[in-house]
Amino acid sequence: MVKRVVVGAHYGLKDWLAQRMTAVIMALYTVVFAVSLLAQRPAGYDGWRAFMSQGWLRFASFLFVVALLYHAWIGVRDIFMDYIKPTAVRLALHVVVIVLLVGYAGWAVQVLWRL
Amino acid sequence: MFEGELHMSQLALKKERPKHLDLTKIRLPVPGIVSILHRISGAGLFLMLPLLIHLFDLSLASAESFERFKAVVASPLVKLILLGLTWAYLHHFCAGIRYLFLDLNKGIELKPARASARAVLAVSLTLTVILGVALW
Repeated sequence: MVKRVVVGAHYGLKDWLAQRMTAVIMALYTVVFAVSLLAQRPAGYDGWRAFMSQGWLRFASFLFVVALLYHAWIGVRDIFMDYIKPTAVRLALHVVVIVLLVGYAGWAVQVLWRL
Repeated sequence: MFEGELHMSQLALKKERPKHLDLTKIRLPVPGIVSILHRISGAGLFLMLPLLIHLFDLSLASAESFERFKAVVASPLVKLILLGLTWAYLHHFCAGIRYLFLDLNKGIELKPARASARAVLAVSLTLTVILGVALW
């Protein structure tokens, strides 16, 4: 194996791996969620609320939200890296995205926690 | 350099390699289409997150808000957006799984890579139609 000298900020590999791990978490959640939805077929508000209130699902949904937060951040940052060349504009957009994503995550977690 | 000094192979290179980045002339192969759609669907899902969380919130907050959720979801515009987002999620999901296999060096040869790219397009569109019909 060739021993390479890696230059740069060194966050590339970590983020590359994180992008994939969060993807696997969300993909598994999607399948499990779809299967339990089909198996339980909750009807009406009470059914839907009882369905989402299940302890294991709230646990899993919370993990999904955190995974989504990180996954979306890496994805959107990569898009900005490709298309937004002026550093100041890109940096400003990065801050906007982080603020939005953290806020969204808090909002979603609040919906789950209230159950 | 004079014209006469150009070697034949250089001439051939000059002729056979049109260099343009005209988006209307570039013919993207199927894996390329899947790739750009992966990016577009991801961006679309990110941009529509507030709508999705808002709907999720409405559906769970109270019995009254659940009724409002049903009314909002019943509007044709929201239905269209949600159908688009359903496709975006499914495409992103299927293309993402394909990339995970490519990362593991599975199916990286031209033929299987093209076949799996076609499968991603077909499966996500089919599932979108099935879900669309089932939900609306």
